[in-house]
Amino acid sequence: MKIILTAVSPNIDAQTDPRFGRCAYLLVVDTETMHWEAHANPGLTASGGAGIEAAQFAANQHVKVALSGDFGPHAYNALQAGGIAMYRYGNCTTVPQAIEQFKNNQLEQIGVPSRGDCDDGHHGQSS
Amino acid sequence: MIITIASGKGGTGKTTIATSLALSLAAELNTPPLFLDCDVEAPNAHLFLQPVFTQEKQVGIMIPEIDEERCSYCGKCAEVCQYHAIAVLGKKTLVFPQLCHGCGSCTAQCPEHVIVEVQNSIGMLESGIARAGLSFARGVLNVGEPMGVPIIRQLKKWADSLPGQVVIRDSPPGTSCPVVETVRGSDYIVLVTEPTPFGLHDLRLAAQLTEELGIRAGVVINRVNGPYPELEMFCAERNLSILLRIPFERTIAEGTARGKSLLDIHPDFCQQLFSIFTNIAK
Repeated sequence: MKIILTAVSPNIDAQTDPRFGRCAYLLVVDTETMHWEAHANPGLTASGGAGIEAAQFAANQHVKVALSGDFGPHAYNALQAGGIAMYRYGNCTTVPQAIEQFKNNQLEQIGVPSRGDCDDGHHGQSS
Repeated sequence: MIITIASGKGGTGKTTIATSLALSLAAELNTPPLFLDCDVEAPNAHLFLQPVFTQEKQVGIMIPEIDEERCSYCGKCAEVCQYHAIAVLGKKTLVFPQLCHGCGSCTAQCPEHVIVEVQNSIGMLESGIARAGLSFARGVLNVGEPMGVPIIRQLKKWADSLPGQVVIRDSPPGTSCPVVETVRGSDYIVLVTEPTPFGLHDLRLAAQLTEELGIRAGVVINRVNGPYPELEMFCAERNLSILLRIPFERTIAEGTARGKSLLDIHPDFCQQLFSIFTNIAK
């Protein structure tokens, strides 16, 4: 299964990045073959709509699942519309750990956006 | 003649100066000026000028609506949107109205021509006559809406001045887009500051903005309670004339807190404020 993860550096052993829209790197990983690619997050420098841009990127990569620390309301709506399931890292601090826990069904799946119910963006940022 | 009152730092006394300047002009000129409250996120000049509103207009921006049945999900709209207000996710095209700036790029670029534009209300404009016969207009941004600029832009167009009528614009604080939109097209900018490191820091930013826009500017120092040489030096270096100094005085604070203008508190201010205008108009 093709999944996307947020990471602070462009490698498979990276630390997890708790933010979705404003993460440093997006890792696209095939969980069967463990083939992976790292991409600089196109949303990182956006003045607004970072979560949407990152979600658009995820959809263009045809991933089925996104793993991150947090998803803002815009990212949540976009990923939801794209049929991409969202899971929180919880206490995972590294990408290998997160993949392992995901495979073992130990990560929490998200049904509602992580922050607030107002719609002005900037919610996926780590506080 | 269009004079804009701006500041950089918030709470320096923009509205106090703007409303008092307008009242001094109303007292001295045949035609009272037109006052525009451009601080659309938190307009408050009405507290000092007590307008009676007789006209109002809804303001919106045109946002895209997509005919999902005819959409081919090619993604062109999402690609051209600079504000990430559209995402195309598989067989779904999502519009995020609050990120949309109404630029129309998606509509223009859609190869299938399946985007139509619909009005999305973000606030309103109001106008009427205020104290001393002032023409008064303001914009009010709806609570929760993030973008004030379209309201300010429409307010400037909507509130027509009479031939020869002076226009006073009260700006929002800061130096970002709403301030730039307020200031744009002005003949002169009055920068209100206070003699504190914070006031000076933000005055530097505001002065930089006036220089980039190529608009003449001068400074009003509010709450003066002793010398602050750094501020004087900065104004001298940047050729900013100091138009007026207002003392740090309890009676002024008490008066403005009750919605009084500087003219109500100290009638001398009428002549001093009017001379700001005559100096600018020279």
